[in-house]
Amino acid sequence: MLSLTNVDAAYGSFQALFGVSMRVEAGEAVAVIGANGAGKTTLLRVISGLLPASGGDMTMDGVSLRTIAPHRIVATGIAHVPESRRLFPQLSVEANLKMGAYMPAARARYAERLDYVYGLFPRLKERRGQLAGTMSGGEQQMCAIGRALMSGPKLVLLDEPSMGLAPVVVAQVFELVRRIRAEGYTVLIVEQNVQQVLKVADRAYLLEVGRIKTAGTSAELLASDDVRRAYMGL
Amino acid sequence: MDCHLDIFFLEAVLNGVLLAGLLALLALGLNLVFGVIDVVWISYAELVMVGMYGIYYAHKGGAPFLVAAVLGIVLVAVAGALMHYLVIRPVLDQPPINQLLVTGGVLFFLQAAATMAFGVEFRSIGIRLGSVNAFDMSFAWARIITFGVAIGGILALWLFLTRTYMGTAIRAISQDRQIMPLMGVDARRVYLVTSAIGGGLAGLAAALMVLQYDIYPQIGLQFGPLVFMICVLGGLGNMIGGFVAAFIISQFIAVGGSCMATEWGYAIAFLFFMVAVFIRPQGLFAAKS
Repeated sequence: MLSLTNVDAAYGSFQALFGVSMRVEAGEAVAVIGANGAGKTTLLRVISGLLPASGGDMTMDGVSLRTIAPHRIVATGIAHVPESRRLFPQLSVEANLKMGAYMPAARARYAERLDYVYGLFPRLKERRGQLAGTMSGGEQQMCAIGRALMSGPKLVLLDEPSMGLAPVVVAQVFELVRRIRAEGYTVLIVEQNVQQVLKVADRAYLLEVGRIKTAGTSAELLASDDVRRAYMGL
Repeated sequence: MDCHLDIFFLEAVLNGVLLAGLLALLALGLNLVFGVIDVVWISYAELVMVGMYGIYYAHKGGAPFLVAAVLGIVLVAVAGALMHYLVIRPVLDQPPINQLLVTGGVLFFLQAAATMAFGVEFRSIGIRLGSVNAFDMSFAWARIITFGVAIGGILALWLFLTRTYMGTAIRAISQDRQIMPLMGVDARRVYLVTSAIGGGLAGLAAALMVLQYDIYPQIGLQFGPLVFMICVLGGLGNMIGGFVAAFIISQFIAVGGSCMATEWGYAIAFLFFMVAVFIRPQGLFAAKS
């Protein structure tokens, strides 16, 4: 589905990704783990077009992502739930969801998908008229995921969905991730919460200072010395 | 000073309300553009002037007033889009002072161009609508119509901003510019549409103003500072704040002008503005951060 080959990316003169190659197949949940500053968020930003790649190839279902304008990438079936949610705080929950359905193909199915998202997250329906910025962190994460689903994606990119949330809420957020997986979405998730995310994901890549250090199934990574030493304090 | 709570005082208050409709419309266009693009169109009132001349010549050329008005609105909407495309887009990432200077340059350019093209004479479109009289009070029809249409225009914009995808994107983009591509939104297109709407609102104001005011190249100086002051008072970029501020300022102008001389009305309004800005530099109605 998604394929990256030798992707480089830089912020000005600071190179953040070095020759990253990875694949995500339809129906998988793939995790990217690594320390702060390893380039996890950068990787998702490059895939969704927020940061242009400076080298390499990226394709989504055979469509090259490097040659299309950033605002057209969502039309290839990629929806990005950004770090710290990034809702429009002064817009209602429903207006936020409407923004998720902005692209022409999604507008035609707005009513149907709104019902679907409200069915998935009844809490959002209760709060449809509330300003998104006034909701709790967990509800905001729900709204951010709902907004992403409004575009009718095949692949959902989740950037640190548990960040800044209380431990009880973190468990709920990982439950949300399980639910969208069960709904048939392909998921690429970036997390610092390594133990939790490896329970959700099938496979994982370990990123270290912009390079992929290790890749494998979640069980393999959980057992690997690299991961145990560096990220679990074992 | 000659001020009593009599029928003339009430007449002044009501005339202030009627004036507020027009000022609110003017402030709305400026606030919309600033709120979305983060650039102040110092030359906003000059776009209104261009619209007034456009409507004047279209009407003189034989077009019925309503047709001339629509042509004027379209003309200024195109001018607004051009303003963005030619002047603002190249300086979008520049410091605010540079943006201010280029739109200031447009102000002087348009004034000078209008003086050369149309001369310095005061021109009147020559439509007299008369007035209504009630209880010893008199209200010009032009002012009543202006108020009604201005409020109608504001409501239409509100519906557009809350009901349509483009309108929602216009509200969203000022809250988080960077993630707009994730929504499939082309920010450049939103900016261009916003500029055209800002221009269209200036064109609508022009169509209303030709019914009340003579047209001359410097008419922008009569309204520009006033509109800018209203926007700052309401919190620059805050459309609701600007609406309320228009009603406050127009009361100072109308009541102050009625109790003393007209010039005093403006003087008191600006005095109030200065005091208000000392006390609340962010505007009376805190703009969203």
